[in-house]
Amino acid sequence: MPISSTIFVESVSLVEILNGVPLGIVLLDSSLCVLRMNRFFEALTGYSEEDALGVPGNFIIRSDLHTRGQVYQQILKSGESLIQEGTIINCHRKKLPILFTISPLHDNQGQIAGLIIVLEDLSSFQHAERNTSGADSKGKILGHSPKMQEAFELIPVLARTDASLLITGETGTGKDMIAEVIHQSSKRARQPFVKINCGALPESLLESELFGHVRGAFTGAVTDKPGMFRLAQNGTIFLTEIGDLPLSLQVKLLTVLDDREFYPVGGSKKVKVNVRVIAATHRSLREQVRKGLFREDLFYRLNVLRIHLPPLREREGDIRLLLDHFLRDFVSQLGSHIRGFSTTCLELLLAYGFSGNVRELRNIVEYAANICPGELITPEHLPKYIFAQAGDRESGAHKPSASDPSRGEQRPHAPTKTETRISENWQKTERDMILDAMKKTGGNRTKAADLLGWGRTTLWRKLKAL
Amino acid sequence: MKILITITGDNVAPRFDMVSALLIASYDSHGLTEKPRTLLMARPSPEELCSLILKENITLVICGGIEERHYKYLSWKKVEIFDSVIGPVSEVLDLAIKNRLRAGTILHSARNVNSD
Repeated sequence: MPISSTIFVESVSLVEILNGVPLGIVLLDSSLCVLRMNRFFEALTGYSEEDALGVPGNFIIRSDLHTRGQVYQQILKSGESLIQEGTIINCHRKKLPILFTISPLHDNQGQIAGLIIVLEDLSSFQHAERNTSGADSKGKILGHSPKMQEAFELIPVLARTDASLLITGETGTGKDMIAEVIHQSSKRARQPFVKINCGALPESLLESELFGHVRGAFTGAVTDKPGMFRLAQNGTIFLTEIGDLPLSLQVKLLTVLDDREFYPVGGSKKVKVNVRVIAATHRSLREQVRKGLFREDLFYRLNVLRIHLPPLREREGDIRLLLDHFLRDFVSQLGSHIRGFSTTCLELLLAYGFSGNVRELRNIVEYAANICPGELITPEHLPKYIFAQAGDRESGAHKPSASDPSRGEQRPHAPTKTETRISENWQKTERDMILDAMKKTGGNRTKAADLLGWGRTTLWRKLKAL
Repeated sequence: MKILITITGDNVAPRFDMVSALLIASYDSHGLTEKPRTLLMARPSPEELCSLILKENITLVICGGIEERHYKYLSWKKVEIFDSVIGPVSEVLDLAIKNRLRAGTILHSARNVNSD
């Protein structure tokens, strides 16, 4: 018998009670379809009761608790309540953190006749936590090194203001993540965070993407387009690779930063925007200004606040932390049984330069986690190019990348104690690897070189140096 | 033109970011130009799904709930999206080809008539 005839038909006032509760509540029948919902649930999901009536609940709630309704089915079968945190994506395309409380409903005979699902929106709690705890504001960014701690301490300060912010740092240091964390920690957190890569589009397209266009502005402009600045209204726009922004658009961006208004492409009416601008670059903007590639006035306008993210090689102790973190992530994703890195492998990775910084480290761990069939990652599970670079560095061939923003601005780099120790460790590791390969191949140099992923001449050179 | 529908069982999947099964169909003004094919992703990943959509030159995506950032990204890449669609995949595909589907459509057949 449907739950509606046993509970709700005669109990009209129950709906009023449900509406009086400031939590989202939905009632599902025995076939897990929507029977009733309160107003708060309508507000959370964006669905009206009229639209949702009779539709399977998981299509309306759109939670991440399950993909095919198994959770509700299990509760229906077992009769045991469930309290679990998760998310929903509502009709307004917002992903909301939710605490779900799912309990069975029984009829007069004590049989389970449906479910009651209570949704508690946790966004406000998370927002409050972010505002009260500086440590939480760093979110998913990891780092115990003093330089990263300095950066973390700056985040709450940078989030409190609306001033333009410039994030600098080499590629792969986490500029995008920091920008998002700052936005999420700011009062604009519930508004859009729009990211655009200034180096990814040609000049003509970029202007239209940033500032929008009006219908008929150019061939193919068949409708009005709002542009990223308007899409980010009341939120934050993140201009990554700002150093690649063409000069002509730099003028327009300067106007937006100064006046908070601009003309869309082909438009005659000014558009006002309230957007916080965060820019990032891996280039040295000072150098770009000197070369005449970046406007000095825009540089100073963007450089109101600045945060520099250190490269991985300057983050003492963080490599180990990140290696373990990413390995844990990939192991759980892949469902493998890897326990960790072998000592040789760890020494090798700690000695590696990571010119691509955290991004490169993550990719290396992902590669190793996919390749390693056993429980311990050894050097043979690492990408081969690591050995080549380590070898080059040893012979003094490693040079800072041309795009390094700190190039020319830093003191000459003298090897530290750690680096000396690492270099010695590497020499020992390499020696062991060569001997091991030679043993395995019965002294055949060609096969040993293949096994090591080197050219025959490289192996010859290294053998001579032993 | 090419449609991609995120699916779970016989229905449009409730969430774009949790989907691992997809249906891809090509059509023109006369109807389907080839048999629709089903694709399984190694794991649910909205980022990988967005890449696949662009790689496959999809012109229309039909899905359930989708996050604003993925919606904006695909729109920016000129992919049309009908989100919040609820119903059986076959009917949804049929309506889309006939240009009678819109975002937010809940098909009658998606409802459990017994529970009304």
